[in-house]
Amino acid sequence: MDLSFPRRPFHSKGGANVPHRKNTAHMESVFMPPPDKIILPMQQHIGAICTPTVKKGDYVYAGQVIGNSEAYVSAPIHASVSGTVADITQITMTGGQKIDAVVIESDGKMEFEPSIQPPAEIKTKKELDEATWNAGLVGLGGAGFPSHVKLNVKDESKIDTLIINVAECEPYVTADHREALENGENVLLGIYKVKEILGVKRVFIAVEENKPDAIVKLTEIADNPELDPNDEVRVIKLKSRYPQGAEKILIKVCTNRVVPEGGLPSDVGCIVMNIASVAFISTFIKNGKPLTLKRVSIDGSAIKNPQNVIVPIGTKISDIVEFCGGYKTEPKKIMLGGPMMGTALTTDDFPIIKQNNAVLFFDEKDANLMKTTACIRCARCYMACPLSLRPRDFEMASDSKDLEKLKDLHIMNCMECGCCSYACPAGRKLVHAIRVGKNHLRTGGAK
Amino acid sequence: MEKLIMSSSPHLNGKKRTQNIMLDVIIALAPAMIAGVIFFGIRAAVLIVTCVTACVLSEFLSRKIMKRDNTAWDLSAVVTGVLLALNLPVSLNPLMAAFGSVIAIVVVKQMFGGIGMNFVNPALTARIVLVNSFPADMTKWTQPFSYGADMVTTATPLQMLSSNVDALSSASGGELVELPSYLTLFLGNIGGCIGETSALALLLGFVYLLARQIIHPVIPVVYISTVAGLSFLFGRDPLFDILTGGLLIGAIFMATDYTTCPMFIGGKVIFAFGCGALTMLIRQFGSMNEGVSYAIVIMNILVPLIERYVKPKTFGQKKIVKRKQNKAKEGVK
Repeated sequence: MDLSFPRRPFHSKGGANVPHRKNTAHMESVFMPPPDKIILPMQQHIGAICTPTVKKGDYVYAGQVIGNSEAYVSAPIHASVSGTVADITQITMTGGQKIDAVVIESDGKMEFEPSIQPPAEIKTKKELDEATWNAGLVGLGGAGFPSHVKLNVKDESKIDTLIINVAECEPYVTADHREALENGENVLLGIYKVKEILGVKRVFIAVEENKPDAIVKLTEIADNPELDPNDEVRVIKLKSRYPQGAEKILIKVCTNRVVPEGGLPSDVGCIVMNIASVAFISTFIKNGKPLTLKRVSIDGSAIKNPQNVIVPIGTKISDIVEFCGGYKTEPKKIMLGGPMMGTALTTDDFPIIKQNNAVLFFDEKDANLMKTTACIRCARCYMACPLSLRPRDFEMASDSKDLEKLKDLHIMNCMECGCCSYACPAGRKLVHAIRVGKNHLRTGGAK
Repeated sequence: MEKLIMSSSPHLNGKKRTQNIMLDVIIALAPAMIAGVIFFGIRAAVLIVTCVTACVLSEFLSRKIMKRDNTAWDLSAVVTGVLLALNLPVSLNPLMAAFGSVIAIVVVKQMFGGIGMNFVNPALTARIVLVNSFPADMTKWTQPFSYGADMVTTATPLQMLSSNVDALSSASGGELVELPSYLTLFLGNIGGCIGETSALALLLGFVYLLARQIIHPVIPVVYISTVAGLSFLFGRDPLFDILTGGLLIGAIFMATDYTTCPMFIGGKVIFAFGCGALTMLIRQFGSMNEGVSYAIVIMNILVPLIERYVKPKTFGQKKIVKRKQNKAKEGVK
């Protein structure tokens, strides 16, 4: 297969010119001291829910496993601070499901388990899988897909391309941008490790062109002739157009390959990894400390001091708000993730989990969406859909519970990127209708 | 903390609104309105105001009677009013124009559910109703610049053309009329409906619509090229066919009406081709010398059919058709 580097990215259809609003891009990330109490839900990934392995009253070190699962598609959960297990309780996740959560009262020291050691040198795929499992690593870009599953491709001879996702196309979010600037060396070391083990022939570091300083920095280290004598790692500058960072679109613009419907990137010989995940692999190799910290962008019109904060996983949003100077005005909407795909929360009592990369606080003006009026069939949703789907038809079929039609329209292919709703001049809640429609298909139309 | 707003993502809206799309269409129609008033005088302005007022009023009242949200402010009724007025001869009685407006809004648009639900173009359908209700008044064409009492009637260039054809084919032979020059046609100093005569003004509007990304160029381009191609095949003058009659206003403003054209590009191409073909068939073989309004309305009715069979290929869609063909081939073996 063709393994050349394209001069410029390939064409991708649709998308939306969303405002950038990267207000925190030029601010150094700040470490937040461990809060008094953290909450660790037993599911911080796609896959099986873990069961707590500690009891109330136990003393735990940071980095100690507190939740584990036998299932393959899962990831262990580690304590992110040292302290005492105060409670094992139930917490309602953003999707509405109730799951167990371990509450730890911090002793404020963040003491790591004394026995933690850097892993032995990783040479094989199996060792890499083991290391990522032990590290509790999941895709840190937002989906939270366990890394050991992603890296454990069936036939690695078919994988020829690794794409490092630094597109960060969501407005406001700058966590990956700061990762590139502040942790560039580790990013590159992580890339070479994965590249070496999977035997990948070419690596793209995909950055949107609205991050010129990150491009300069990454190009500088990617051009290291010692590590990369054949120049197989290169930075690719993407157009700043949402959703360049979506996996399928990213593969299309970098390699011009189309992931088949319902397929995985590995079907077209690609692996896509978030920059923070790949950098973490390198950190883990150095010191053996599991994933306990996460960089999140704190921004929005209702927060006093927007910035990137590195917090222990499980920190409550209200504690972060306090750390960021409190609210400027009464927040009307709080979102986990960017404004295009993020989830609205009912309370700021919710903990940060592994895959969160931003928390946004909107004041009343930003929080209210436009009034929904009648569809005028302008076809802007058709044009905006990066996957050539028909959002307006989804809405109609979903309203009438027409399961045949929904299947015929390939509704399951939709990635809910939100371009259609964004483009709609009538303010129709198309993505919401699509979610309802998908649910109709899953439940067979029953209520 | 007070209650937080919960909603499904995305939590941002783009800048376009139905209202400002409609406003852009009105701005794009402004050159044609100005040209109409220059050529046909104050009576053109009176007709435009009459139609707009009647349309907005009927929109407001019919929504009120049906106890639905007031949609008069989305300006779509204004667009319908302007389009209808621009498709009327200037000598028409304003009362008849108002009657047409009521038909357009109440019967064609609101009775089918209001904006986005009508299956044919309201302005064009109202025009067809008017042509069939008042055939004489709707085909009385005024010479440009003959304002007021000393109105001089004239024929439209297409009428001139067909009378020439009749004259040539009849055994006795008739008098040949001199057809207007391309420049006259382009500027619009000819007989016809208020807004359809000036190609220049309509093209200005077209450029504005494209620049503001209100319409996709595929419908006007395919429509006009089909007309030009068929005109050439029929041995007519393509440029004359493009510049005369309601073709430009139809292709730019009527066929591109969001509600009554297919949403997917492939469907738009078929739709525009159908409009072009029907227009030329009517012009060449029909008893009317104008075919645009009927062509577009007929194609409007076919839109659901087009949308059923022409579907975009989705990203990464498996090629089911090919597999079926392969199976069929295997069967043959």
